[in-house]
Amino acid sequence: MNRIDRTFSKLRKKQESALIPFITTGDPDLVTTEALILEMDRQGADIIELGLPFSDPLADGPTIQAASQRALRNHVNALDLFHVISSARHKTDIPIVLMGYYNPVLQYGLDRFAEDAAAAGIDGTIIPDLPLEEAGSWMKAARRCGVANIFLVAPNTPEGRIRKIARATAGFLYYVSVTGITGARQEIPPELSEGLQSVRKMTKKPVAVGFGISRKEQVSMLSGAADGIIVGSAIVKIIEAGTEETENGLKASPELVDRVGRFVRELKDATL
Amino acid sequence: MPNPDTETKTAFRLPPVAEKCVVRTKSGPDRKGHFGYFGGKFVPEILMPAITELEAEYRKARKDRSFKEELREILRSYVGRPTSLYEARRLGERLGGIRVFLKREDLTHTGAHKINNTIGQVLLAKRMGKTRIIAETGAGQHGVATATAAALMDLECEIYMGRKDTVRQSMNVFRMELAGAKVIPVDSGTRTLKDAINEAIRDWVTNVHNTHYVIGSVVGPHPYPVMVRDFQSVIGKEARSQLKKITGGLPDLIIACVGGGSNAMGIFYPFVRDQGVGMVGVEAAGEGVDTDHHSATLSVGRPGVLHGTMSYLLQDRWGQIKGAHSVAPGLDYPGVGPEHSALKESGRVKYVAVDDEQALAGFKLLCETEGIIPALESAHAVAYLAEAAEILPKDSAVLVNLSGRGDKDVETVAEIFRERGGK
Repeated sequence: MNRIDRTFSKLRKKQESALIPFITTGDPDLVTTEALILEMDRQGADIIELGLPFSDPLADGPTIQAASQRALRNHVNALDLFHVISSARHKTDIPIVLMGYYNPVLQYGLDRFAEDAAAAGIDGTIIPDLPLEEAGSWMKAARRCGVANIFLVAPNTPEGRIRKIARATAGFLYYVSVTGITGARQEIPPELSEGLQSVRKMTKKPVAVGFGISRKEQVSMLSGAADGIIVGSAIVKIIEAGTEETENGLKASPELVDRVGRFVRELKDATL
Repeated sequence: MPNPDTETKTAFRLPPVAEKCVVRTKSGPDRKGHFGYFGGKFVPEILMPAITELEAEYRKARKDRSFKEELREILRSYVGRPTSLYEARRLGERLGGIRVFLKREDLTHTGAHKINNTIGQVLLAKRMGKTRIIAETGAGQHGVATATAAALMDLECEIYMGRKDTVRQSMNVFRMELAGAKVIPVDSGTRTLKDAINEAIRDWVTNVHNTHYVIGSVVGPHPYPVMVRDFQSVIGKEARSQLKKITGGLPDLIIACVGGGSNAMGIFYPFVRDQGVGMVGVEAAGEGVDTDHHSATLSVGRPGVLHGTMSYLLQDRWGQIKGAHSVAPGLDYPGVGPEHSALKESGRVKYVAVDDEQALAGFKLLCETEGIIPALESAHAVAYLAEAAEILPKDSAVLVNLSGRGDKDVETVAEIFRERGGK
């Protein structure tokens, strides 16, 4: 049983939803990323989703695109991400999943990526442009190294396909809340709870919901309906606001980590 | 930390699994849209239903006589097909006595081959009950052709175009707007074609229920590479029968420029099984393939995944996509159609690169010898023709796809010549 499974089974016993905050690795710098991982863990995050930056993130809205661009200005790559996680692993046992597009994984080499990810302490991967049909080689490599490959389903995914994807997914099933891209939204669609309910009837695996969830009210509304709640853009916005442009490049303001921590605490409290 | 900008290029070897499945592509992809190792559907889950639907609808339409007839009629009366196959005698003489046949796609309505595909796709979208069309455009030719087709068939149309390109190609922006389309400048990433494609995909993800995305080249997830190739292969089919009438045989060599590769796929495809016919795809070497300013994807790129498909890409060692450059804006793309990647691997088509200087020389050559102003993209094919002529036997029949006319480039070329003081 890996860390993700342990976390969900522990939370299920308490009837509590997992809070899964997302940040982009190297935004605004790698030192801050490690500090954020540890702080979010302290403030109640249950799983952390770390983005591997990509030049062409076509499933992401403007907020996460900009985060990717900031990280790429620092030439952040997969090795950096592994280093940050290895280093954080001395101080935390929180499950960490990587969110990244397929090409950087492919260029690193599928087997080598899986091995290095596992060695660094990564528990799972979310690859939004790798649907089931194309995922065979990666799933094999990941499974061999004990890395869970987490698949996504969307509100427009037909039932038969959801069942197939749910069988293939490991760790949890990522339910995309809206037909659209990532990014904070004022309203979450009214049919979301229904969609979640029907997906949860189709699988025993945990179902986490993401895309567009940005406020504690939304988190509290969804906390019964999903096993996990992913919040990305709203956190990335705090990082963006706490980042300054200096002569030596991007710099995190001293309060940035605390601010993110406070927000994560609020969100976690909303799941209780 | 290794710096991707200064890394040295190493020869890429396909992973072992890929070598096994490189097949001689004949009639296109397997059921999942793979041309050997290349192609496929690398898209977010949200798009899978749309792509599956598109695939099914396209398969039905292909077999539907009324669809085919409607398409043929529009191509005939509106687009101006068949386009002529013109023997460029003066050019042939100048090049040492070879026979050059120009497939005149520059004479189509809107002035480039792009319209063959947009008419087909918009007709299909209408048949599928979609009410809104979106497209990306780089130089603006595909945008104009899409806006034109959407106007003709009375569908709402929005075109994504990199901010930089809207400035460079302001006339095409105006042409699109005249046809009733809305042009949306894209400020993300490098603000050019690849970012316009990202933005179009994001729109499609969001509005997939009523929107069809008209991709402009043989790129993107399955079924686009096949569908666009099929709509464009009217070029090769016509050329084949036209040439047979003139010479009684097949060409010795076919030359076409390759950006994404739709005009090349269109003219190559009907000849792929003809073993005696040589084929060359000409990429843009920009300022040189050893610089960072070129678009020679197949010549110096490596396989990877971008915009929903596995194909050759310009990328750094970490898999980040690099910017592309060419004097010809339509070749300015860091990827290429997956079928071209397969044709390269199988050796069926040879891919070469021609730099900005050579392309400009090709541009002038055709203007001077034939009074035809080619698009700068097509001028790459002419430039390679001049190079190949040196080793071709006398009287070889060479078919060149003149994919577009050069009116759009006259300004650019005039400026370059002015800077050099005349010529």
